[in-house]
Amino acid sequence: MSQAASYKWERFTFSERLARFAVFLGFAIALSLSMRSVQIIPEFLYDAPTQVADLFKRMWPMDFAYYPEGIHHAMMETLHIATLGTLLAIVMAIPIGVLGANNIVHFPLLNWFSKLILVSSRSVNSLVWALLFVAVFGPGPLAGTVCIGFRSIGFVGKLFAEALEEVDPGPIEALTASGAPWFSIFLKGYWPQAAPAFWGVFLFRWDINVRESAVIGLVGAGGIGMVLDTALNLFFWNRVSVILLSIFVVVILAELLVTAIRKRII
Amino acid sequence: MTVDAQSDGSAPPQRSICIENLSKEYVRGKPILKNISFTVQGQSSVAIIGPSGTGKSTLIRCVNKLIPPTSGNVYISGENITHLTGRDLRMARRKIGMVFQEFNLVERLSVMENVLCGRLGYVPSWRAWLRKYPQNDIDNAFALLESIGLLEFARQRADSLSGGQRQRVGIARAIMQEPHVLLADEPTSSLDPKTSVEIMELLVSLSGEHDIPLLINIHDVELARRFTVRVIGLSKGGIIYDGPPSELTNDHLKQIYGGENWLQ
Amino acid sequence: MTADTAKNFGPAFKTNWWARAGWLAGFLYAAYAANYLDVSWARFLQGLGNGAAFLAEMVPPNFSRWELLAANLIETVEIAIIASAFGILFSLPVGLLAARNLMPSWITWPFRAFIALCRSFHPVIFAILFVKAVGFGPLAGILTLIFASIGFIGKLFTEAIEEISLKPLEALRAAGAPFMSVIIYAVLPQVLNRFIGFSSYQLDANLRNSTMVGIVGAGGIGGTLFAAFQRFDYDFLAAILISIIALVMLSEFISTRIKRVFQ
Repeated sequence: MSQAASYKWERFTFSERLARFAVFLGFAIALSLSMRSVQIIPEFLYDAPTQVADLFKRMWPMDFAYYPEGIHHAMMETLHIATLGTLLAIVMAIPIGVLGANNIVHFPLLNWFSKLILVSSRSVNSLVWALLFVAVFGPGPLAGTVCIGFRSIGFVGKLFAEALEEVDPGPIEALTASGAPWFSIFLKGYWPQAAPAFWGVFLFRWDINVRESAVIGLVGAGGIGMVLDTALNLFFWNRVSVILLSIFVVVILAELLVTAIRKRII
Repeated sequence: MTVDAQSDGSAPPQRSICIENLSKEYVRGKPILKNISFTVQGQSSVAIIGPSGTGKSTLIRCVNKLIPPTSGNVYISGENITHLTGRDLRMARRKIGMVFQEFNLVERLSVMENVLCGRLGYVPSWRAWLRKYPQNDIDNAFALLESIGLLEFARQRADSLSGGQRQRVGIARAIMQEPHVLLADEPTSSLDPKTSVEIMELLVSLSGEHDIPLLINIHDVELARRFTVRVIGLSKGGIIYDGPPSELTNDHLKQIYGGENWLQ
Repeated sequence: MTADTAKNFGPAFKTNWWARAGWLAGFLYAAYAANYLDVSWARFLQGLGNGAAFLAEMVPPNFSRWELLAANLIETVEIAIIASAFGILFSLPVGLLAARNLMPSWITWPFRAFIALCRSFHPVIFAILFVKAVGFGPLAGILTLIFASIGFIGKLFTEAIEEISLKPLEALRAAGAPFMSVIIYAVLPQVLNRFIGFSSYQLDANLRNSTMVGIVGAGGIGGTLFAAFQRFDYDFLAAILISIIALVMLSEFISTRIKRVFQ
């Protein structure tokens, strides 16, 4: 063996490579097991392109006349649900986010409690939240708004808590040294530093909520989804296509708006 | 500059920092500060010198309990603050102004608001929130900003200032507390030599003007000699030297910092 | 400290009219929107009463049909895994073809439009369309999540490629390497780690979404959940919700471990 061999450079250690290999192998095994046991009728898969083509054919021509009479109001309702729901989420997420930031609240039990709320909020899908709140409040936009609010707490609260944990500790130390009460320290030390991230999160979540509030109507929580559901059940495919197109346009516009505002803030 | 502890005799509560047998261990059995005792009182500016990592920063933070000492006592103007917690500790901290190496301003707030942050210990939170500070505080803050030459920057954001200007704001914030004592943790380390001298001048003159004893951590021996009336040399967690700068010899410095080549 | 009160320094703070107008507009909007949506305090309170009754019926959760529950959870996981595998596989070429620094605009344009289309619609809309096209069952769910994956990974992967350093590319092109070699040796090494990161994130997201697609008939536990709702079978519903949350938390735990392996 030459001396040079002992200087051989390796990107990853043996155990790192073993771990990576184990991950890929695990995924491959899981995939093959899934493929064998999942119940798929192959004929349906082969038939899919024809069926999809047929769907598109039935969607054409689009019934644009339906927009002013049936869609516009529902679309506005969707936007209001998204916005009001996001505002609701913020009101609820700020205290929960503060509880979850371990550099502000030093009680692990409270941190943990906050994390539990945040994880539950994120784990339950918006449609499931919508079902729950339709059961509570009855069908309509109130259920949708509360659903969007609860669904967003997890996202907003988690990112807000992270922003709070990342603030520069120097000013906090200075305010502590001046004898300021904790709420003043929060207002003048933490908040100014975390505010840009907070508004960024708000915009980001609003963008997501526009998408989500467009579908929660499928289970009765108000907005454009309810109109879509009706059109689907009645097989009015040329109305479905207009509804889908208007959702697409609104979602794209919302994204453009958010990008433009974020550029101006940052 | 004349310094005489007795000249302040008229005011009954003598403004002072008194440190008594102070020790600090982060890890059990490995003390970073060993049995430190000294007193600073009246119109006096005292420098703590020593190599980095010797516990200067820890010592100064033990004074206002930003870092709780392991044992020993700290008295501010005669009041033992070592065992205070919660509201009592906050009340005690109001009496201790502090200036930081990295200025520690809230960058996204205006200069004025940063200066008024020194009043947060006195002003209820809801007033701070609505920025309804007492008019008296605002007048004082303006006067102070004028005296340190930053009046025109009052409404600008703190992150638009240069390092020296920021440190002036940091000092003004500490003075706004109307403190009994002033602590400064390496106030010039992030600044260029000329600005460092200006900041030291400002600290010493404000300390004299407002009659506040001043305790400065500083690693620059020349600045310490030039601006303070007493030097405390710290090494390996203990006091090596405590006396006027004129009597601080190279032998002392060798003992404090170790080695000697750097002295030539 | 005595202030020189004779001097007038003007206001201490600049009044930020934009911020004030923003707050005012926010409050006015909230009031207007609440009115528009017929969101009122009375309805809210009434709902709270219903909610209490609803919660009371959910306790204790009923796990007696655990075999059905387990079968559903397994199907949910299968949908997520298969959809992730194909979604990752397809988003690799789609992402490459949509990168503007590698491809001419006549190629990137349709692929960027495709990615935007996949992203703009919530997965449940795809699920509805696929259920109409291929019938009820997990196949519709798998197809749905494949499209969702392409939308998410495709976009981020394209952005990652557009940020790479072009110098190795030039070197290889100058050496006369064929196009595929340029991709394999100059592009992929720079973005592979991020691609794996996006993919593991999407695996997590697919699992969350596969719990939901069943609501519209696209397989997985969502179908059973919806049925439990419609039958007012709330104690079984609670059991389903608890198992969904447990499943998602487990997958979050696993994906954090996987991320650590690839850091």
